[in-house]
Amino acid sequence: MENRFQHLQAAHCENGVTTALLRHRGVQFITEPLAFGIGSGLFYIQIPFLTVNNGPAISFRTMPGAIFARTCKSLGIEVVRKKFSREEQAEAYVEKLVAEGIPVGCQVGVFHLPYFPVEYRFHFNAHNLIVFGREGENYLVSDPVMETDTRLTVSELTKVRFAKGPLAPQGQAYYPIVTKPVDEDMIRKAIVRGIKRNVRDMLHIPGGFAGVAGIRYTAKRVRRWRDKLGPRRGGLFLGQIVRMQEEIGTGGGGFRFLYAAFLEQAHAYLRDDDLLRVSEEFTRAGDLWRQNAVKMAGVYKGRTTEQSDFDEIADRMEEIMEVEKKAFKQLSAIKSLK
Amino acid sequence: MKKDEVPQDKSALANFTREVCYVKNEQGKYETVLSTGWEVKAQALDSAWDEVKERIETARQEVARGEKSPIHYFMALRLMDMPVISDYTGIWPFFIRRHLRPSVFNRLSDRVLRKYAKAFEITVEELKNFKG
Repeated sequence: MENRFQHLQAAHCENGVTTALLRHRGVQFITEPLAFGIGSGLFYIQIPFLTVNNGPAISFRTMPGAIFARTCKSLGIEVVRKKFSREEQAEAYVEKLVAEGIPVGCQVGVFHLPYFPVEYRFHFNAHNLIVFGREGENYLVSDPVMETDTRLTVSELTKVRFAKGPLAPQGQAYYPIVTKPVDEDMIRKAIVRGIKRNVRDMLHIPGGFAGVAGIRYTAKRVRRWRDKLGPRRGGLFLGQIVRMQEEIGTGGGGFRFLYAAFLEQAHAYLRDDDLLRVSEEFTRAGDLWRQNAVKMAGVYKGRTTEQSDFDEIADRMEEIMEVEKKAFKQLSAIKSLK
Repeated sequence: MKKDEVPQDKSALANFTREVCYVKNEQGKYETVLSTGWEVKAQALDSAWDEVKERIETARQEVARGEKSPIHYFMALRLMDMPVISDYTGIWPFFIRRHLRPSVFNRLSDRVLRKYAKAFEITVEELKNFKG
């Protein structure tokens, strides 16, 4: 008989789902920072010409689904993932897995998620939760951002699994199958691979609007927002940056603290003190992002809305870009990672 | 961020959950603490909602003046932009933009109105009879 599923609270939903599902399958070493780092979760992108919720389309993390897929693959763990066009099939699939005692991850939209406070319910479709049991008409749900597990009725679950709009979940459900035990050597290799891929994504991605270059891309736009949008709308755009950077799910500082924690834990496996030094750099980057959020708040509160304030924010973003660029270059130069 | 610097401000998270923050403890090691929220981002969320409320009110007035159809108002009310409403109804944006004109809206069949009503989670009557 399977052991009972343990709810796990995490900073970010996808890290949390990955960590809880793997631990349930006996992969005990995994933590949220390790899942985030092995899955190369740190990122920056501003998608040009696109607005989301009437603000800039910015993300501080990699694309949805990538952390789970990469972390499992790097650890030699098989992933079963299914998409559905019909709601009945999607319902039957989860019902069957849960009846067999298999906790299953689901991608959902938050707009109709009844246990979320209404203030957080925008049309955001890349949230993740785990369904791990059933009591009558209710599914037992482990949502990583919640302190305890929660409940959804069958129809509530179907509704959030079939939310519509950008990144529509299409009823996606997934779970890992661990076929062989994960040993220390595999963990070390997975960490190295995760770091290298993250270095590539942040330093060498072409286009100029993603990776560390993406931070400069945004900084350049911030300088123009006051003229182009006016102080008020410009302030709302800055507010959107702050929300993407600090909102529930990031662990603070645009995931930079989470990545610093990952490097600290990676040190326990790789025993290279350079990792700790680079970890400090990411802590610094996270602190700088947070300081800049305070400055940005001055604009959307209407206290400091001059062009010089927008320029100062942009200057600080360019400074953060330099810190992160240097940190990733140091990472790529670490010999034990070659 | 250091452990003793974690903000515990009032936010929309109250009575819902506290959030996990990764912070440095006294030994310089990372650990997690729970936070009730941070004023800086609570204000970002508040100002985003002020904007939403303003947009809803503007949409209501436009419907009341007969410049826009009720679809325009309910899109604002349900925070739906064009890609979202298009996906929920299965109607192409080109047609939705036409349906925002009162003259076109008044001639819509019940079959089309039902698609919108379902997306907005209201009845066809509520949709048809909304006057602003």
